[in-house]
Amino acid sequence: MNQFKGQALSWELKDGVVELALHREPCNELGLVSLGEAEQLADSLEQLSREAHALVIYSALKPGFSAGADLRELYQRSQKMERAEAVQSVRHQLERAHRVLNTIDASPMTTIAAVHGVVFGGGFELALGCDLIIADKTARFCFPELRLGLIPGWGGIPRLKRDLGNAVVRDILLTGRSINATKAQQIGLVSQVVGEGEALRVARATAAQLGKFDRRTAIAAKQFIKPIPYEELRREIDIFCELFAQPAVEAGLKKFAESTDAQPYLP
Amino acid sequence: MRTPDQTLDEILGLAATQFKVAREKLTADDDFFKTLGIDSLQALDLLTRLEHHFNVELPDYELQGVSDFRTLAGRIQSRL
Repeated sequence: MNQFKGQALSWELKDGVVELALHREPCNELGLVSLGEAEQLADSLEQLSREAHALVIYSALKPGFSAGADLRELYQRSQKMERAEAVQSVRHQLERAHRVLNTIDASPMTTIAAVHGVVFGGGFELALGCDLIIADKTARFCFPELRLGLIPGWGGIPRLKRDLGNAVVRDILLTGRSINATKAQQIGLVSQVVGEGEALRVARATAAQLGKFDRRTAIAAKQFIKPIPYEELRREIDIFCELFAQPAVEAGLKKFAESTDAQPYLP
Repeated sequence: MRTPDQTLDEILGLAATQFKVAREKLTADDDFFKTLGIDSLQALDLLTRLEHHFNVELPDYELQGVSDFRTLAGRIQSRL
């Protein structure tokens, strides 16, 4: 499927590059619709990679790349279930999300996240699944999960740990603070910081450059340098589900879902 | 080194420009959420612009409960 137009995301293959646009209002909150469409992408990647050498992921929405998991949807769905059933449902959702992200992570295409604005939680994890992150000056990265009594659940910690020093990972994870693009580049997370509104243009230029290289060599280099931490990823799902069973999480989700505060992301 | 008044003045100028509000309508003790009419995502955008402008890092938990320009300026001044 060289072209797809969904409710939350769309993609198109053109000139050897797949461009994946996220466009679910207000800020690409990742819920079940997004996940279902992302699974369609994952199922198409192998076929797409026969014709494309690069995948560029970007947001078509002004506020940012993605605000992360759709916590209101998660809370409302959980409310309709017994706790044990809710935990099982979350585990199933996490396993589906991991399959998508692992597929992107291991794709033979070179993958580029072109980010701006909010890059939070699951959105941050999606960017971390890519080979390169190109950020415009407005980008802001954050794992706010600890504020809800959780850890990132879509591979965030193992992938951060793979890519960055442990002290930096602890800072981002344990404080839950957000960092800007310049800081993200200083710590080695972001490959290029560009002017406001320029991330997609630079990502396209980068993708065009990558197309000049021998394909087999590029794939070999990626496989050599970018191992997928499968064991830690599975452990992350277990820890997330153990935490999700705690009453404090339900209270945290409730507070977030019902908040009219201007800063609901701050506990 | 900027004085606290200079810092405050630059914040007001930056906020006015970014959110297209007349500079003279903003005062130090305004609740910027109300005066600028911004939500949490726009507040993060303002935070990012302030960090770049002043070349400082502002952990968002330091801004918890901060809603007026004067207190915001104080937080930034302490990191200059």
